Amino acid sequence: MDLIAAVEAKYKKSKLPDFRPGDTVSVQVKIKEGDKERLQTFEGVVIQRRGSGIGATFTVRKVTAGVGVERIFPLHSPNLSKIELLKEGKVKRAKLYYLRGLKGKSARIKEKMEKFGLEEIKEEAPLETDVSNKPEPSEKSQT
Amino acid sequence: MITGIIGRKVGMTKIFDTNGDIVPVTVIEAGPCPIVQVITKEKNGYQAIQIGFGAKKKKLVTKAMLGHFEKAKVEPKRFLREVKAVIDDKIQVGQEVKVDIFHPGEKVDIIGISKGHGFQGGVRRHHFAGGPKSHGQSDRLRAPGSIGGSSFPSHTWKGQKMAGRMGGEQVTTKNLQIVDVDVQKNLLLIKGAVPGKKNSLVTVKKIKTRTL
Repeated sequence: MDLIAAVEAKYKKSKLPDFRPGDTVSVQVKIKEGDKERLQTFEGVVIQRRGSGIGATFTVRKVTAGVGVERIFPLHSPNLSKIELLKEGKVKRAKLYYLRGLKGKSARIKEKMEKFGLEEIKEEAPLETDVSNKPEPSEKSQT
Repeated sequence: MITGIIGRKVGMTKIFDTNGDIVPVTVIEAGPCPIVQVITKEKNGYQAIQIGFGAKKKKLVTKAMLGHFEKAKVEPKRFLREVKAVIDDKIQVGQEVKVDIFHPGEKVDIIGISKGHGFQGGVRRHHFAGGPKSHGQSDRLRAPGSIGGSSFPSHTWKGQKMAGRMGGEQVTTKNLQIVDVDVQKNLLLIKGAVPGKKNSLVTVKKIKTRTL
């Protein structure tokens, strides 16, 4: 398998941020339109990382206008010009599929605050910034 | 001109092309293969070179083969194969054939021994449709059907497709594309699958060698 790894090493990215499921990342994707190229940003929570070597992928989930959107990116794709780690989340699962069934306040992830010497806590802003003004139906019934 | 090389199938992986698209590739460790014998038109009636690959312990080589290798001043090799070549002064016995005879983008034919599948039924071995699952049928689901009429031909034709040993035979896959050539590591990256198991011997040939 050494030779396979040697082949893959040529095509792998050397510098990648160390991000995990639960973290919020912003991914810049190169998009080709004809002969023009532009960058598109996709920002959301990493809900899974899978695979090893050059075939590794990660899934980013965000909620836009109340609709959940998930994109699977190949980690070493040259079409990803930049992966930026925005927030580190504190989660107890490797795969955060449970987020798919949640929305609003319950879909938030606690942020890691180790950098500041605090134990944790400080709630992340709701993911749906677009619809933050609109309260969810379930919340309404509670109030 | 040398038209082929022999090597070992290392395995499969994937790489990204310039567009960022994923390309499945098979890695082949080919050569360096020393030329053990030069076969010329004058002496043998056709043109080719005999090349060797893979180390073999000296005590396992027969005396006859040892003499053959010593004549070429080459260490004993495990495999010897002939590939077509246009013989000129540059081609000498003992010289090494390397992967640099190929370049990325070139099409090649690859010969290998397919994976052995053991004794398999007609459905798997020859893609028979099998019989119906229901409507009063029993024991017909993977049956081969008729193997010959009763009045004519009143026997089973020779070559009738039936269950039997599958795989483990020579297979040539044509027009495979070379994605990358690594001369330092003696590696060829071939787009797609290549016949054979990992670590099995494969022959990589340039296409259109029939005119030679």
